[in-house]
Amino acid sequence: MSVAVMRRLVPVLLSGAALVASAAEPASTSTSMLRAGVLSPAMPAPSLVLSGTDGKPLGLERFHGKVVMLAFGFSNCGEVCPITLATLAGARRKLGAEAGAVQVVYVTVDPERDDAAQMRKFLGSFDPSFVGGVGTRAQIDAAQKSYGISSTRTVHADGSYSIGHSSSIYLIDRAGRLTAVMPYGHPVDDFVHDLKILLRE
Amino acid sequence: MTMSRPFRMFLLVPLAALLGALVWAGFAPINVASREKLFEIPKGTYARRMAGDKVEILPAKIHLTLGIEDVLLLRNLDEVPQVFGPTIMMPGQSFRLPFERAASYQFVCSAHASGQMTIDVEDEPVMPWNRIRWRVRQWREKQAG
Repeated sequence: MSVAVMRRLVPVLLSGAALVASAAEPASTSTSMLRAGVLSPAMPAPSLVLSGTDGKPLGLERFHGKVVMLAFGFSNCGEVCPITLATLAGARRKLGAEAGAVQVVYVTVDPERDDAAQMRKFLGSFDPSFVGGVGTRAQIDAAQKSYGISSTRTVHADGSYSIGHSSSIYLIDRAGRLTAVMPYGHPVDDFVHDLKILLRE
Repeated sequence: MTMSRPFRMFLLVPLAALLGALVWAGFAPINVASREKLFEIPKGTYARRMAGDKVEILPAKIHLTLGIEDVLLLRNLDEVPQVFGPTIMMPGQSFRLPFERAASYQFVCSAHASGQMTIDVEDEPVMPWNRIRWRVRQWREKQAG
């Protein structure tokens, strides 16, 4: 075979191999591969009318182009919220350079105790990039209702109270659609797995 | 005292059939068409409940089995949003939730009159006795509709 023929043939073979490789690639970009629960069809995430702990209004449209992990909790939470936030921070760390395209939004269910400063301090201890959502009781109630979040206050003998609340993490894609919901308790690697899929979409 | 041949056959044939069924149920591989277990919340569920009907659409307890039927698929065909444990489903939306760990999961669920739902996820039945138990439960669930 002459060198000229080889020169013509190599690019053709390479492009053919690339085509075969792309066709054989598993459907990893599909949300059906997610380890989280998948909502279908994905619909626009309910909007939030809250204040952000970064001093700006907290509308989710601010984060279009990023994958948002949205969850609800409160700064006095003893167990569930610290575990959730540590998991989300761990997922961002594991993503490395891609973490810049992932935003964590954590909305308080305890507006009586969680003001912007309190939430900022709480979230900052896990990851300074996390943005908290605070507001009036009415605003928080509206946010909870739109995401189906339940919370129950238990008053203790000393007058203090704790709050039991829904603890799932909502995954919102780059286009602002509520795509999936990760129930509480999944490990860091499950988040990393799903975030990589959503970031590729 | 000796049993007559017809009487012996009368006893032995059903026994052999029962034994054969148990061997099959205990050792035959379990094949299912889909790993998804589908439940639908029908149109009008919320309206019926508001009218005072005690509507139970979903069973209070759902059994899933890892490796066989370990994906819960819910469809909201009602005209209002429905809360299922970790999320809210809009009308027309479905929610597909895979499970990877055997455990009992408690969820809030607005499609239940009680507002609660339990999902029991068990390990894949490998031992013959567990396979028999799994098949019996499947059969019962099918009979219950």
